[in-house]
Amino acid sequence: MSDNTLKVKINGKQIECSPHETILQVAKRGNVYIPTLCHDDRLEPYGGCRLCLVKVDRIPRPLPACTTPVADNMEILTETDEIRKIRANIIDLLLSNHPNDCMRCEATGSCTLQDLSYEYNVKGARFYGEKWNLPIRDDNPFITFEPNKCILCGRCTRICNEVVMAGTIELTGRGFRALPDTSFGKPRTLKNCEFCGQCVSTCPTGALTDKKGRGKGRSFELKKVRTTCSYCGTGCNFDLNVKEGKVVKVTSAYDAPVNHGNLCIKGRYGYDFIHSFERIKHPLIRKGDRMHTVSWDEALDHVADSFRKLLKKHGPGSVGGFSSSRCTNEENFLLSKFVRTVFRSNNVDNCARV
Amino acid sequence: MAGLATSLGAGAATNSLAQMPDIDTLFLFGSNPTEAHPIVSLYLKKALRKGAKLIVGDPRKTWMAKRADVWLNLKPGSNIAIMNGLAHVILKNGWENRDFIEKRTESFEAFKRQVEKYDLKTVERLTGVKADDIVEAARLYSHADKAMIVYGLGVTEHQTGTENSMSIANLALLCGHIGRPSTGIMALRGQNNVQGASDLGPLPATLPGYQSVSDPAVRAKFEKAWKVPIDPVPGLKSVEMLDRACHGKFKGIFILGEDPAHTDPNVHEVRKALSSLEFLVVQDIFHTETTKYADVILPGASFAEKDGTFTNGERRVQRVRKAIEPIAGMAEWEVICKLANRMGYPMTYEHPSDIMDEIASLTPQYGGISYERLETESLQWPCPTKDHPGTKTMYTDLFSRPGGLAKFMVLDHKGPGEAADREYPYTLITGRIREHYNNGSMTRRAKGIMKLVSEEMIEISPADAEKLNIEDGDYVKVSSRRGKVNVRAKVTRRSQKGNVFMTFHYADALVNLLTSEHKDPITGTPEYKACAVKIEK
Repeated sequence: MSDNTLKVKINGKQIECSPHETILQVAKRGNVYIPTLCHDDRLEPYGGCRLCLVKVDRIPRPLPACTTPVADNMEILTETDEIRKIRANIIDLLLSNHPNDCMRCEATGSCTLQDLSYEYNVKGARFYGEKWNLPIRDDNPFITFEPNKCILCGRCTRICNEVVMAGTIELTGRGFRALPDTSFGKPRTLKNCEFCGQCVSTCPTGALTDKKGRGKGRSFELKKVRTTCSYCGTGCNFDLNVKEGKVVKVTSAYDAPVNHGNLCIKGRYGYDFIHSFERIKHPLIRKGDRMHTVSWDEALDHVADSFRKLLKKHGPGSVGGFSSSRCTNEENFLLSKFVRTVFRSNNVDNCARV
Repeated sequence: MAGLATSLGAGAATNSLAQMPDIDTLFLFGSNPTEAHPIVSLYLKKALRKGAKLIVGDPRKTWMAKRADVWLNLKPGSNIAIMNGLAHVILKNGWENRDFIEKRTESFEAFKRQVEKYDLKTVERLTGVKADDIVEAARLYSHADKAMIVYGLGVTEHQTGTENSMSIANLALLCGHIGRPSTGIMALRGQNNVQGASDLGPLPATLPGYQSVSDPAVRAKFEKAWKVPIDPVPGLKSVEMLDRACHGKFKGIFILGEDPAHTDPNVHEVRKALSSLEFLVVQDIFHTETTKYADVILPGASFAEKDGTFTNGERRVQRVRKAIEPIAGMAEWEVICKLANRMGYPMTYEHPSDIMDEIASLTPQYGGISYERLETESLQWPCPTKDHPGTKTMYTDLFSRPGGLAKFMVLDHKGPGEAADREYPYTLITGRIREHYNNGSMTRRAKGIMKLVSEEMIEISPADAEKLNIEDGDYVKVSSRRGKVNVRAKVTRRSQKGNVFMTFHYADALVNLLTSEHKDPITGTPEYKACAVKIEK
């Protein structure tokens, strides 16, 4: 490492780091867990929720790990009694205006607030006061907003403005009335929203959820299969969420090398085609003007016979294959091989030019 | 892509997407990433937030064009003229990178003589861009430290598409803006696996890895592996196969997952060709315009139903994983194997990973790639060996042309194949919107998406709308020399006077009935980005 390397100790564990890193970044790299609510690696450090407070040696007050840069020889403790007490208080305060609706909440099992309440054994009964009682907002095809579950961490509004630069939502109102919302509280339409669902992907609670996936299974029931998007050539990764042989939802893959959890409307919400009733489900053979359903064996025999006849009658130059940029590398390679080894010509092309 | 391959050696983006936030001068050309590549646009937006200068070359006033330091609002089809013009200004002011030109390029003198003809007045006339803007763009680009040209299908979908991308390479070479992190040329690919489909050889003149069929050493390698003789004569391009079919000289085609009867320009001719075939097999996940002509339709498996890999626009090979069983029972790779076996050529792969192992053994760029490595690593080709980490930035010391030098190409402005005239006074540009994809067979089946954007709209400038007495939302008749469609009008400043824009996502307003038959003679890429139309209320 270069001369710019610093050394810090987190919970007694020495970790090397560079001067531009924050305590949170270094801790993550060193596999030291620090709880956060308002932090997302895709966003600028915010320091809003104060859950990531840590004790730094020789500094009298606790410091937020997400916004504090490391200094050489810093000694950091992440789990002192005092720190744990502060965190428990913060969670208690958040729960004082939260519906505690976990039993039927869409986010159960994937909710950071729920996990933290469990970890810190906080019930939300210490502070008592007025609670939000706002209606659910789902007057659009993709995004359901349950304002009562919002903890005002600002992740949704920041990702919308910092990362997507769409300006759809912003924190509106002040004090008890503060809320992330569209301008004038209007429904989301294409006029004010791209429906990329980034806000949903960053929400740490059940306030923002994918409308199409609601009621179709919670995170612990779903098998997540990491794959690559089949729309444009950017190559975003995401997780297909599968329950009982059906894709019910797409969720972000935050460690994806290309997109870091970001997706667009097509990648996140364009999956219905997989289980469309219009899918071709059986091979079909033309007999006269009509197409008839046949078995795979019959169809493949017919295809093989017909190509064999054409090759015999007209020679290898008379048949060919088109491949597709929509297919996998393996399939493209195989079709290329098929035309050259079975048809014995180079009459193979793809739609890469289209 | 053939353009970059000629100039630099490989038909691929030179850098990585993750390097984009560090760009200090971004030249976005013929690309509308906020709509067509939303996630790439996030990287570019990050660069802009960090203060990068932005030059946009686009006839449409896109999201990026609105925020550009310089917007080169060129006429459709005048790409070469503007690039030569920029080079002219750079050379005239001595802003070129002489050291780079001397050490790493060839044919500079011929190029220099050629662009001398493209003085500001000429270029202003050919492109419609103001001279001041050309000078400012040339200054910004040539003075940058980390300059990247990001281009899209607005460059390649012209009859001069290949030459257009060569002209981009010329500009980058002139300033030495290539071969460093965040500095190079990124081509944004339209479809998920355009890169992989080009790399892996379903091409008439090359075997997997761009290895020429006319090279005896290459043939020997494949003949040994595949145990059949390989034809040394390049085959027919798809358009040529279809042309011959029209004349009864081509008899049978196997189409894997394509819809030429919808997405090819001049679909009349394509449909005629398909119906003249004796035997057509189409494998697809949905019925399309093309399956209407099929003698046998085989069901395809969607990406959720099979294992495999896609290669993205930055040469990154990534896994596709099977999440559910194939809905029709079989994935495409299994079907191809079964057909080959039936026709007397044994193909016995147990799993797509076996196919990847064969790819690696025959394709130098993919030599080090295996499913095992992809579980823990993210690899960008060239990745020639098992211990090679992949390549984030290409051409850091040598270009992949013979001799290691990049080549300046001498190019001339030709204009679009069909220019607007008195009878058809508007130039139609086609492209994408964010919510839909290609022929729409996937996105039109996504419930919410159809609710948001349910029908085609033609974008028309306020000035033209006023002249034609068209209000926002009116139905208009758009016709070209080849066909006509009825579509609703959207009056917007995004279109400039004289240009109109439509997507190609909807089967009921099939824009490719209008587009022209002109295509790039080198790659066969159709000219989707310019044709002459008239508009009537």
